[in-house]
Amino acid sequence: MSLRRAIENMKPGDNRWVWGVGHSLHLMRFIKQSCLHGHRDALAGKSVMLLTPDQFSAAAALIELDGLASRILVCPPDVKGDHLPAIAAQAAIDTVVTAGDAPATVSLGISQNIVCSFPPAPSDASRAAEIETQWLLLTSGTTGVPKIVRHSFRSLTGAIRPIANVDAPVWSTFYDIRRYGGLQIFLRAIVGGGSIVLSDANEPVADFLERLSNHGVTHISGTPSHWRRALMSPKADIFNPFYVRLSGEIADQAILDCLRTAFPRAAIAHAYASTEAGVGFEVNDGFEGFPAAMIGMTDRGVEIKIINDTLRIRSALTAANYVGETMATLKDQDGFVDTGDIVERRAERYYFVGRRGGIINVGGLKVHPEEIETVINRHRSVRMSLVKSRKNPITGSIIVADVVLSDNDAAADQQQLRSEILAECREVLSPYKVPALVRFVPSLDITESGKLVRTNA
Amino acid sequence: MKETIISEIKNIARENDKVLAPLSDDLVLSESGLDSLCFAILVARLEDRYGFDPFSSSEDAYFPVTLRDFITLYQKVPV
Repeated sequence: MSLRRAIENMKPGDNRWVWGVGHSLHLMRFIKQSCLHGHRDALAGKSVMLLTPDQFSAAAALIELDGLASRILVCPPDVKGDHLPAIAAQAAIDTVVTAGDAPATVSLGISQNIVCSFPPAPSDASRAAEIETQWLLLTSGTTGVPKIVRHSFRSLTGAIRPIANVDAPVWSTFYDIRRYGGLQIFLRAIVGGGSIVLSDANEPVADFLERLSNHGVTHISGTPSHWRRALMSPKADIFNPFYVRLSGEIADQAILDCLRTAFPRAAIAHAYASTEAGVGFEVNDGFEGFPAAMIGMTDRGVEIKIINDTLRIRSALTAANYVGETMATLKDQDGFVDTGDIVERRAERYYFVGRRGGIINVGGLKVHPEEIETVINRHRSVRMSLVKSRKNPITGSIIVADVVLSDNDAAADQQQLRSEILAECREVLSPYKVPALVRFVPSLDITESGKLVRTNA
Repeated sequence: MKETIISEIKNIARENDKVLAPLSDDLVLSESGLDSLCFAILVARLEDRYGFDPFSSSEDAYFPVTLRDFITLYQKVPV
């Protein structure tokens, strides 16, 4: 199976599209014509670095390259130029596919540079036999050279199931499709019989929401941070999806409840997935955390266990390994991926409390910032919050919180709100977890991958 | 400044359910009823208000014994 095959299997007359900001194409044109302009034979069996400045050319190139190239390394938009030579060397790249004004590839020392452009040109039928292409993705959230993670079409698409009751789903995602979370949605659209509306980092949220409405988006995904930002837009209610999915960060009860109110007809699901662990599971009951009954083997063939309060996942959907000279191993000897996500059991449910690397130490006591954010976010006037550490001469670190208020509360009595938020924290959190300071800020920074920027994590 | 510090101490004690000893100048801080977390919060809040933390900014930082010492530490630093 390949992307191309999935499109060939399309029912005649299906009106399926990839809609971008600058370009849009009917799916059939991606395979009947060529955006790589007849270079397909030259790409057969190559190790290709996909370094396009936009998602639409990435989509076109992925469709052409899957099943043809021996590996495709998908560069996310924020890949650093000075990391590219190391990445290219580790992945044994011999060909670069760019588009428009992509970063100069001269310094990579790779002679074969193919440009993806639109409109697609007529293409002859000659084509090498289909092979199983390796999909290489880069890890996010690290400061050094990102690690290269190897997936296959099968591990990337194994979680995709037909969607009941919707003939031609129109997918969209706040994510960039050059990252695992967005790529999942792109593949869901193409393999699952649908269309997709691509986001664009330079597009204002309100314009994106308008495009979602224009194209009648039925299924959409994003991180809780993406969703909080979208809900702050007065245009949030102009589209009416059937399915709203959250992943990539902890989905707390507050954001799940807000989404249910904003999209009354939608099923609200939060999924656990990561570049390394693949798609783990999906929680559809509307509550934060996940039922303890999910531990063990799920009905989707994913095995979940908790070791040292950390979630471990084994399945056919995890990545195969890291590529290159890294000493890191992706799985333990039993094949489980250690996700680094800490969970805590309360009664019959597990709750995510934070990342292993993100712990703040207050006088020797460990604090997960996410746990406190979850409590702060419950306040009706709070849209989102960021808990961080501040250096302190007495306890080493102390907890402080930056809070963004919902739009209509921006003019409210801040002193009163601060007291209410702190009172709520004191009620449920140990004293050392209660923020010493609460600052109200107009906005919080979100990384390119849609997660809150955590400086001390 | 002294009044601000005293009122912040009272706030923090109230917020953290601590019973404060009478806040005289000679009060020994370790007997004030505030624990180290409360002092950590106090220092963080005063830093937020005055823009400095005398424990980290002064070279001869020492830990004050009495309430007077504590307040003097803040008064010494030019705002």
